[in-house]
Amino acid sequence: MQPNRNLRILTMSAVLLVLLSLYMNFIYAPREVIMGAVQRVFYYHVAAGWVGALAFLVTLIVSILYLATNNLRWDHVAVSSVEIGVVFTTMNIASGSIWARPIWNTWWTWDPRLTTASVMWLVYVAYLMLRQGLENPEQQRRFAAVYGIVAFVSVPLTFMAIRLWRTIHPVVIGSNDPAAEGQFDMTTPMRNAFMFSLFTFTVVYATLLWHRIRTEGLAYRVAIMQSRLFND
Amino acid sequence: MKPSRLDPTDRKPPTTSFWLAVSALVWKDLASELRNKEIVSAMFVFSLLVVLIFNFSLDLDKDARENVAAGVLWVTFVFAATLGLNRTFAAEKDRGSLDGLLLAPIDRTALFFGKLLSTLVFILIVEIIVVPIFSILYNISLFNPLFLLVLLLGTLGYTVVGILLAAMAIHTRAREVMLPILLFPVAVPVVIATVRASAGILSGAEWGLIAGPLNLVIVYDIILFAIAIMTFDYLMEE
Repeated sequence: MQPNRNLRILTMSAVLLVLLSLYMNFIYAPREVIMGAVQRVFYYHVAAGWVGALAFLVTLIVSILYLATNNLRWDHVAVSSVEIGVVFTTMNIASGSIWARPIWNTWWTWDPRLTTASVMWLVYVAYLMLRQGLENPEQQRRFAAVYGIVAFVSVPLTFMAIRLWRTIHPVVIGSNDPAAEGQFDMTTPMRNAFMFSLFTFTVVYATLLWHRIRTEGLAYRVAIMQSRLFND
Repeated sequence: MKPSRLDPTDRKPPTTSFWLAVSALVWKDLASELRNKEIVSAMFVFSLLVVLIFNFSLDLDKDARENVAAGVLWVTFVFAATLGLNRTFAAEKDRGSLDGLLLAPIDRTALFFGKLLSTLVFILIVEIIVVPIFSILYNISLFNPLFLLVLLLGTLGYTVVGILLAAMAIHTRAREVMLPILLFPVAVPVVIATVRASAGILSGAEWGLIAGPLNLVIVYDIILFAIAIMTFDYLMEE
């Protein structure tokens, strides 16, 4: 079961893009005047957060599609997307913490953005636990789809948290609260590097999703074969 | 091909009117609770224990008590309500009456409303008893109409999503453990907004500081209600 040609090409281009984006972030983009080198966390920090939100949006859409059509493919996409989303949200929170240590002088603070992001992370970990806890496969898919819809409530809240409330977390894109710490103005090379990181991470997400859906489909086929083997 | 009479997928339109079905379900739960007083008494005693434990563990003096009162009260109700939500479906499943409810010729949404209303009644009864006791123990007056309204709205939002997730959690392997894991993170925004609004009201803050979280509670109530009504049917298939 070799992956097909398109998937191989996509994987190769994702690797190339990551290498290029490393160059963009560390060499092409200038050093930020006030924060120094640690500001370079920004490019992957925001990109990882974006992929997390995108992955959970995909889960919402395919969960609705699964309930509407009962097509197994949508369920495979849903579980794959949640797993990738949780990994990227973890990266987002961890890199944010690394950035916060020198700039806010603390690893963690109970700011609305940090709170809502960690709540979102917990919701989707609960999604994976729910799937683990259900034995009947048909019921597992149906319940997971319902929870995938309920869980999404936490995503727009996380996105809006820095725009709704007074917070220490900066809003680099769009208007900003004067209380935020670690604000900076992006120069053109910074903006280019940032956009390139976003693009790279989106491609990486699509690649991982495709691989993960494929293994999920293979696992399903193995389960079918096993049940045939033992029932005969 | 015409489905046979015994085909379970052959769903006839419900023969009982919607609100008649809801009231029958609520009455059934209330009658059963009146006989064994299982859920309300468990939630009540548990609430008292949580209030006591908070008092010891936080070692509260007078100022601290006023600052944390809304938070302590809400954590108490959240824990107690989780017990009640677990029980209301677990009892149905253990008695085998859940299958009976599913076989009844009623709309599945009526099942949701029936369970929601009866559980809401149980939780509100506990709150009505605990709030005055809390007022005395923490020496703080909670009899403010706005405070009680926020309490009602918060309880409503929490119970709506709690019923939906409890209907899921009873089918999992570790069902009592699963409900809080599923429910707490989803309900956190409602709980935070309710605590913020209640704390603002208790400390006599100006309306501008109360209105924000209060709006958030209302918005969340509506969103969660809409999601619950739309998805509950999918949890009730066997």
